[in-house]
Amino acid sequence: MTGAAAANAMFVATILVYAAAMFAYALEYAFDKRAPERSEALMAAGGEGTDGGTFADSPSEAPVSPAAARGAGRIGIALTYLGTAVLAASIITRLIYTGRWPWGNMFEYTVGVALAGMVTWLVLVQAGHVPRRLGLFATFAVTMVLGTSVRVYTEAGPLVPALDSYWIVIHVTAAVVASGILLIGCVFAILHLLKRRLDRRISDGKTARFPLTVAERLPAAAVLERLTFKIHVFAFPLLTFGIFAGAVWAHFAWGRYWAWDPKEVWAFIAWVVYAAYLHARVSGRSARSHAPWLAVLGYAVMLFNLTAVNLVFPGLHSYAGV
Amino acid sequence: MTARTARPLRSFGRRWWHQLTSMRTALLLLLALALAAIPGSTFPQRSISPTDVDAYYERHPDLAPVLDRLWAFDVYTSPWFSAIYLLLVVSLVGCILPRLAAHLRALRAAPPDAPKRMDILPYHRRLEVPADRNRARAALEHHRFRAVEREHDDGTVTIAAEKGHLRESGNLLFHASIILILAGVAVGSLFSWYGNRILSEGEQFAYCNNLQQYDEYGLGAYVEETGLPRFCIRLDDFEAEFTDGGPTAYDAEITYTHQGDTGTYDLRVNHPLNIDGANVFLIGHGYTPVATYTDRHGNTFETHQPFLAMDDALNSEGAFKFPDAGFDHETGRVDPGAETGFDAVLVPTFDDSTGMLLGARPELGNPVLALTAYQGDLGMGDGLPESVYNVDEDQIASGDLEKLNDEVEVIGLGDTMELPDGSTLTFDDVEQYAVLQVRHDPGGPIVLAGALVLLVALLPALIVRRRRYWIRWNPDGTSEVAGLNRNDYDGLAAECDELTADVAPAEPPRTRTDSEDAIGSTS
Ligand code: HEM
Repeated sequence: MTGAAAANAMFVATILVYAAAMFAYALEYAFDKRAPERSEALMAAGGEGTDGGTFADSPSEAPVSPAAARGAGRIGIALTYLGTAVLAASIITRLIYTGRWPWGNMFEYTVGVALAGMVTWLVLVQAGHVPRRLGLFATFAVTMVLGTSVRVYTEAGPLVPALDSYWIVIHVTAAVVASGILLIGCVFAILHLLKRRLDRRISDGKTARFPLTVAERLPAAAVLERLTFKIHVFAFPLLTFGIFAGAVWAHFAWGRYWAWDPKEVWAFIAWVVYAAYLHARVSGRSARSHAPWLAVLGYAVMLFNLTAVNLVFPGLHSYAGV
Repeated sequence: MTARTARPLRSFGRRWWHQLTSMRTALLLLLALALAAIPGSTFPQRSISPTDVDAYYERHPDLAPVLDRLWAFDVYTSPWFSAIYLLLVVSLVGCILPRLAAHLRALRAAPPDAPKRMDILPYHRRLEVPADRNRARAALEHHRFRAVEREHDDGTVTIAAEKGHLRESGNLLFHASIILILAGVAVGSLFSWYGNRILSEGEQFAYCNNLQQYDEYGLGAYVEETGLPRFCIRLDDFEAEFTDGGPTAYDAEITYTHQGDTGTYDLRVNHPLNIDGANVFLIGHGYTPVATYTDRHGNTFETHQPFLAMDDALNSEGAFKFPDAGFDHETGRVDPGAETGFDAVLVPTFDDSTGMLLGARPELGNPVLALTAYQGDLGMGDGLPESVYNVDEDQIASGDLEKLNDEVEVIGLGDTMELPDGSTLTFDDVEQYAVLQVRHDPGGPIVLAGALVLLVALLPALIVRRRRYWIRWNPDGTSEVAGLNRNDYDGLAAECDELTADVAPAEPPRTRTDSEDAIGSTS
């Protein structure tokens, strides 16, 4: 088997392992119906409200016992570690096979984002900032990203001269890592919005129906909101640095540091939207309640820049047209 | 203006100023800027590619002029884009100045005294054993708090401590750096210049740095055409390396002369040359076929003509023109209608077996020229600008130029095409050319400085938290401590517990929660 084939096999294995992990997490998420873990309740105490922990259903009705569900969760996290290790190995194999930094085309870039996202997630779980069962949403998001990357799959090959610079390593690595962290930030923003809507329905005395009832088992809305903010605070300087490094690279490769190439335009837009998110978060109450939407919008712009801009708009960026 | 009308005017102005410099407005302007940037990626921009704009005009002859009037092809210099960012700059300045004044005051002021009721603060503990004042001072110093001690008439003693002014310093510096970056961009647009030049290999194509020598150029509003640095550049050798996946390296060896010095440089993508404040970049390359035309009187004309790439495989188009052909030495006269031109396509790797003219690979595997010959009047003396990449279509349409072969003639390296009048064109060689961009942008270093300041200032602006801590010794012998965070963060209780433990070590074991130190709460 050649290095490229091995890398591809590991890539496929990762998707399968993550899918299995997702299933395991789903079991834990659905059936571990006990009061929230201690650490979770405390996390909530750091925020404004506390998680209700109101799981009135009698455990006997559930097809899976809480203990078994927790076991499934442990399997889920183990599979997540395994999948992430295999994904990293796949990228390293590609690196060795091509003899260059593995961010040379859209496929490689997207896979890098998935890895960065999952590592971010595992760090958060390991440090006790998020309960394990939410891995359901992280593995879902990352598997979606990996699935999308298949559509822009490119044979492992050499780089065009413009990409042959150590600035690409700096620029794209920063962009990949920032995008991965922001992916998790976006997941939390969405979870917060879901939970908030559920809370509002309940306080309005209405009953929540299926898609929304999924949010019942989420941590308190305020906890999710704070996590969203912290992740963005962490990722924003990295994104900023990545864009600046890109400008330095553009200076050396194309003779100008900024020329409103479509890729540059959309990076600028994403940055401005995230700056708006941070402003909204720290200014008055009403702006603050809109802030999570800005975080979601920011990631939508990032995704648009990663996919549509490469495929639709002509530009200098080498993967224009993949 | 009377005082009576001036007052409402002033309050009106103040209200608007207030509105403009509010965070809400900043938020809306930021979002407006993001929106306004979008059209620049959907419509071709003159600043990037004027030819794309021309193509757009051809495809949408009705729509294009309307869009043009709305600055859709010059989005980033348009009045509406400029208006948004100028408003943002005004808002930014209006925001920074008062905050700067307040910050400087806060830096000099002593931390405010403990409030009367400390038990309503987010962190509060009563100490069973009164804290030791010296210990307390030492502990606060150790934790790098700025502390003041106050003695009150009723016998109460307080220590007020504060930490984290770096956040606001970073924040102000961050916002100021955006202004610095914009200033750098403005300097760049006024004082920069650039020129693009197609440079073929060889001494005879060397050129010197002045605007007439550039194929395309741009000058900032305050740049004197005569003020450009004097230097000359020649391309000695150009090499491109290709693999199956495409090009992997371009390498241009150049010789330059500047103020009597001569130097050589290995110009590559990502590896520019700096001469006298100007940067020389390698931004493209292509093929220069060499051909010799021999007219029916035996006059020969050698031409080196750069061709334009049409695709990634470097199939390239161009034209050979011989306006001086047809001189008869015997009669001393020029044959009428003997001017000759060829529209040509250079195929670097021609593959007969595919049945297609255009090749699939960019390197010179089997180069051929596909030629269409014309004779008559090339129309070159009429003073109108014309393309060097094709024979003038108007002359063909008007019948002044006659097309000599209906089907293109494909000739390989060293082969010759013969025309009906006995003249010939021989395909001698293929050389390469490099596309150089020479650019001078004095705004660049300013922008870079602004970007560095921005990055450095962003971290404290986001990460440092401002918080206060108070200790009070009441006259009845008890003491209490309290903490307050001025920025939203989780770690207050944990941090204050630690402080309290240092201030009053005799306290019974403190209850610590490990939930509070979530990410981002480092100071
Ligand atoms: C070019 C436009 C601007 C950008 C890119 C920008 C960016 C940022 C960023 C990234 C932060 C985050 C720091 C933090 O959360 O503490 C911030 C904070 C802040 N910005 Fe801006 N800003 C801009 C314009 C403005 C304007 C016009 C104002 C004036 C109203 C303003 C007022 C503030 C304030 C008061 C904070 C501090 C929030 C706090 O920490 O309490 N910004 N800005």
